[in-house]
Amino acid sequence: MIYAGIDVGSVAAKAVILSNGKILSRVIQPTGWSPGEAGKAVFEAALAEAKITRQDVTRIVGTGYGRVALDFLDRAVTEITCHALGANYFFPANNLVIDIGGQDSKAILINKDGKVLNFIMNDKCAAGTGRFIQVIAMTLGLELDRLKELPPAKPATINSMCTVFAESEVVSLLTQNVPKERIVSGLYRSIARRTAAMAASLGSVRGVTFTGGVARIPGMQEALSDALGCPVNVPDNPQIIGALGAAILAKND
Amino acid sequence: MWKDLGMDLEKHDEFLAPVPEVYGKLFMAQENRPKGMGYFDFVVGDIHGIRVKELVDHKANGGKVVASFCVFVPDEIITAAGGVSIGLCAGAQFPVPTGEQVLPRNLCPLIKSSVGFKLDRICPYFQVADFVVGETTCDGKKKAWEILDEFIPTHVMELPQRRAEADKALWMEEIRRFKEKMEKESGVAITAQKLAASIKIANEKRAALQRLYNCRKADPAPISGKDVLLISELAFFDDPKRFTQQVNALCDELETRIVRGEGIAEKGAPRILITGSPMPIPSWKLHAIIEGSGAVVVCEETCTGTRYFETTVREDGATLDEQLAAISERALNINCACYTPNNGRIEDILRLVKEYNADGVVYYNLAFCQPYSIEYRKVEKALQEAGIPVIKIESDFSEEDTGQLQTRIEAFLEMLDK
Ligand code: SF4
Ligand code: SF4
Repeated sequence: MIYAGIDVGSVAAKAVILSNGKILSRVIQPTGWSPGEAGKAVFEAALAEAKITRQDVTRIVGTGYGRVALDFLDRAVTEITCHALGANYFFPANNLVIDIGGQDSKAILINKDGKVLNFIMNDKCAAGTGRFIQVIAMTLGLELDRLKELPPAKPATINSMCTVFAESEVVSLLTQNVPKERIVSGLYRSIARRTAAMAASLGSVRGVTFTGGVARIPGMQEALSDALGCPVNVPDNPQIIGALGAAILAKND
Repeated sequence: MWKDLGMDLEKHDEFLAPVPEVYGKLFMAQENRPKGMGYFDFVVGDIHGIRVKELVDHKANGGKVVASFCVFVPDEIITAAGGVSIGLCAGAQFPVPTGEQVLPRNLCPLIKSSVGFKLDRICPYFQVADFVVGETTCDGKKKAWEILDEFIPTHVMELPQRRAEADKALWMEEIRRFKEKMEKESGVAITAQKLAASIKIANEKRAALQRLYNCRKADPAPISGKDVLLISELAFFDDPKRFTQQVNALCDELETRIVRGEGIAEKGAPRILITGSPMPIPSWKLHAIIEGSGAVVVCEETCTGTRYFETTVREDGATLDEQLAAISERALNINCACYTPNNGRIEDILRLVKEYNADGVVYYNLAFCQPYSIEYRKVEKALQEAGIPVIKIESDFSEEDTGQLQTRIEAFLEMLDK
């Protein structure tokens, strides 16, 4: 039987098609201005890539902030439950999931079956999220995707976690001729420390799976592993973990 | 009447304009709602009408109207002096920016809202009140009273923060001082007979609320948490005798519903206990999100919940002194986070989770409310040890974070695995 999971986040929409526990296809597209349209489009693209039709899919579960805009779902579930299941699929031994998305960041404590035991989310503000990195990258005059190419460097000190204040701190570092790679790695370190502090309140950690778009950045992976004091595992394609979890849930239901 | 009260009518209308729509969506649209809610709908629908008129008339007859913001302020003494006690609401975002003109921004929204109501002149209850009774339950309130006093006379009662003998003596003195204040303001001598009668009125109101809460222990819950929250909020300013009668009438209906197994939610729906900072009218956000996600709120361990009515005043006092002592004792038995230590609150929460058969606890913390936010650590630990899931939600009266809260609450409910 075939199951689908769709995750419509603030930045990207993702879809995963699952058959017999194997991923048949996965697609990522920008969310754009219409979460409903994006969810539909990404689902259709995933169907096409898997060379199946809508009728072949037994159940569809949606997640992400745009889930309420999808009218063709069998069920809508929060990203927290889905990220837990998706992370567990790749790294079943890990009991902590850190997800840094476009708008929020979360730490999720899970059991061996991927069930959520406890979780914590950032507050209203953008501190420590993908949006935060994006704002700073813009200040540095860098494309988001170019961040990954910067060489590792000794982190510059960035004290503020508030997006507005951090931005002005970065500007002042630039005027002091601090190299961009040092500023960026300082940025990673400050996000990692904040995230680790958030995770610490959840209890003892056996292993960490790092998911969400921000997890693709190697410098961020390192900084997080430093701050947590343990290695972190990043799945092949950390952005699709929520959609994958949704597809797994569709199967378990 | 409105002119005499010195209201800012334009602002007032702007403030109330969205209420009917919100109220309709949240309350009236509920399916299978008890008929007994009709009275309370009427009170809300006419919130700035009949009751205000009653108070204006009361004053014209020489009676006093006394406003307060806390469950520690003894209604009994106000009533015994022929006064009317009004527990003011402070749960709206609308007056917060005005409150911030005289108060720091990083302060509890409840305090900013209450002071803002006075400055904006949009609350007829505030306008009709002769004076306010404040208490020193937290630093924010304690200092805010000094500022409020510039706009309306404010009498402050010093609530002790511990429960040793010296503290009891202090509070007893404060009760006595308040009695004298009330007598002076009203010109009425408080006698043992009058006080006995007013203690009875207050206790009967508490008993009716306890009966209402007992109904919520049934599965399916016969009434929504939203509706009960609303009733608790109205308890602070409706006429106590009429209110008691109406709550009891509603309970008659609920008890037959329970026998028939009829409910507002489905049998087996996740049952949530809320604990933490007070939720004055119209702060319905959290209840709306929880119940909108398919769960039902079955109990509030808050000042707009069990803390308001679970402790009663002993009725066996024969002399005025004994009665005042009984009134003073009540406050010290309420497990508010302003006390140190306050282990009784943890025991209360654990007990209530059992009594109401709750599946999870939502710890509600008004932003910048320190007593409750610091106490979370201990409550969380006790709940975790007892194997009861808990989530802390920090918020204010604005709507900005509704989406975020929705996700958190839903994820919490998914975690309960019901
Ligand atoms: S307490 Fe609130 S609802 Fe009541 S009169 Fe004042 S503003 Fe209106
Ligand atoms: S909610 Fe907290 S900060 Fe606000 S008045 Fe009550 S105790 Fe004070």
